[in-house]
Amino acid sequence: MSEFLFLYRGRDEAATSEQMENTMRRWAAWMKELSEAGHVITLGHPLQNSGAVVRGQDRLVIDGPFAEAKDVIAGYTLIKAKDLAEANELAKGCPILDVGGTVEVRPVMEMPARA
Amino acid sequence: MNDNLFRQESGRIAAALIRIFGVHNLDLAQDVTQDAFFRALEVWPSRGVPENPAAWLMLTAKHRALQVLRRERTARNFAPEIGRLLESEWTLAPTVDDMLDPDAIKDDELRVMFSCCDRKIRIDGQVALILNILCGFAVDEIAAAFFDSHSAVEKRLTRAKKVLAGSHRLFDVTYEDEFVQRVSAVQRALYLLFNEGYHGTSTALSVRFELCNEALRLVGILIDHPYGRTPITYALGAVICLHGARLPARLSPSGEFIQLADQDRSLWNSALITKGARWLELAASGDDLSDYHVEAMIAMMHASAARIEDTNWQAIVEHYDLLLVLRPSPVVALNRAIALAQFEGPERGLAELDAIPNKSRLLNYPFYFAALADCNAQLGRLVEATDLLVQASTVARTETERRFFGKRIADLGAPGAGGSAPQVWEAGSELPWTRGS
Repeated sequence: MSEFLFLYRGRDEAATSEQMENTMRRWAAWMKELSEAGHVITLGHPLQNSGAVVRGQDRLVIDGPFAEAKDVIAGYTLIKAKDLAEANELAKGCPILDVGGTVEVRPVMEMPARA
Repeated sequence: MNDNLFRQESGRIAAALIRIFGVHNLDLAQDVTQDAFFRALEVWPSRGVPENPAAWLMLTAKHRALQVLRRERTARNFAPEIGRLLESEWTLAPTVDDMLDPDAIKDDELRVMFSCCDRKIRIDGQVALILNILCGFAVDEIAAAFFDSHSAVEKRLTRAKKVLAGSHRLFDVTYEDEFVQRVSAVQRALYLLFNEGYHGTSTALSVRFELCNEALRLVGILIDHPYGRTPITYALGAVICLHGARLPARLSPSGEFIQLADQDRSLWNSALITKGARWLELAASGDDLSDYHVEAMIAMMHASAARIEDTNWQAIVEHYDLLLVLRPSPVVALNRAIALAQFEGPERGLAELDAIPNKSRLLNYPFYFAALADCNAQLGRLVEATDLLVQASTVARTETERRFFGKRIADLGAPGAGGSAPQVWEAGSELPWTRGS
């Protein structure tokens, strides 16, 4: 078993509150499924759109992220799966894919001890 | 806000929140419930009572619960089955929404009721727990209801809650065999709760009525469940209705006991009598005959008499004979002797009172001496009657009871006293629990 991070992008900003309620239900249902199947390490959280970006040696703090809406990370989940292939299969259940969003699947890197 | 709304809704909300927070976080569930009512008391006076107060309260409790769940999620574990779902903002609100859905919470009060009647909790603890969690009674109110000290009740509740917390999950009412195993304990707890309202010694009139109302509401919840609506539950419901209907005539506005012959029967709640009669009919199906059945039948006979002269004492005595078999207790024998004296006369009455098995257990029960006094008075033995009333006064439990017997003594001293109409002391059906300090 290895750990993978799901990064969700492409939240549907134009949704009505009723649509958002429906979407929330679908997300909750999918996550409940993942959880019951034993794949979830941390369900994670949805993220607010705006925040800040801290950059560089100067530690500059600017408003952000001002990427395109489809690129802003909307949330994350940490799962465990046999391998990347299984993790990808699991990601296919994500409701964000139905509204034009994406799920980035990234394996966790195990850091070695000192030689 | 009226008392009924408060008690009913605090029970419903607390029970639902216990399922979300987990039974080990009982105190938290009760705090959040209380917060919702505090908010109502803050907001309703200026904004007005909402159209659907129950829905408003539940929604407020839900918002508060979400706040608390967010604040506590790193510090506590909640209900094990849903713990992970409560940790994440993806699933927190939808999960709480689903769990507070009207269909979902339908059985929660019943589950709490059954959980409270755990055999490891002493019966007085079970009743205190039910009153505290499901009826919104504070420690002081329970103490007033049971004529007990604040500290005794607090200790009792703390002990009981510890057992409840240790049970890890609420009783599951979906398995019939488990349900059937515990339902008689639940019936008994509700019976004792009701008994304290009807036969109790608290002079806080409103509390007495509230206990009876709550017993009625809770037995209704039991009857609503397919496993709960058995002949014995119906019989218990009938007892509650048929006694409870007569409570307004039984107590004076100052909380003093009015004995049966002097009761104004126009004060009886006829709707409750009708309901009790219907439940008694439903209790008659099947082969079960419980002590609740017999007590309900006796209550029905009282309730059907338009005046005390119309009471069928002979039939009542026959029923007491039966009740004695099912529930052999000196108090039942006392009631039987009093009923018998009504149609067989005071001489027979004295003989029967003397013949009560284990009558030494009645030596702390004022109505035993009152019954003896009355038979003696009817026979013209006023000195003996007065002595017995003094004894009754000595073992009286409250100032109100003492005053009552004092007045009876004064009446005996008046000319023409003695051969008056028979006094009927409708003694309680259980000996009072020994009061703690």
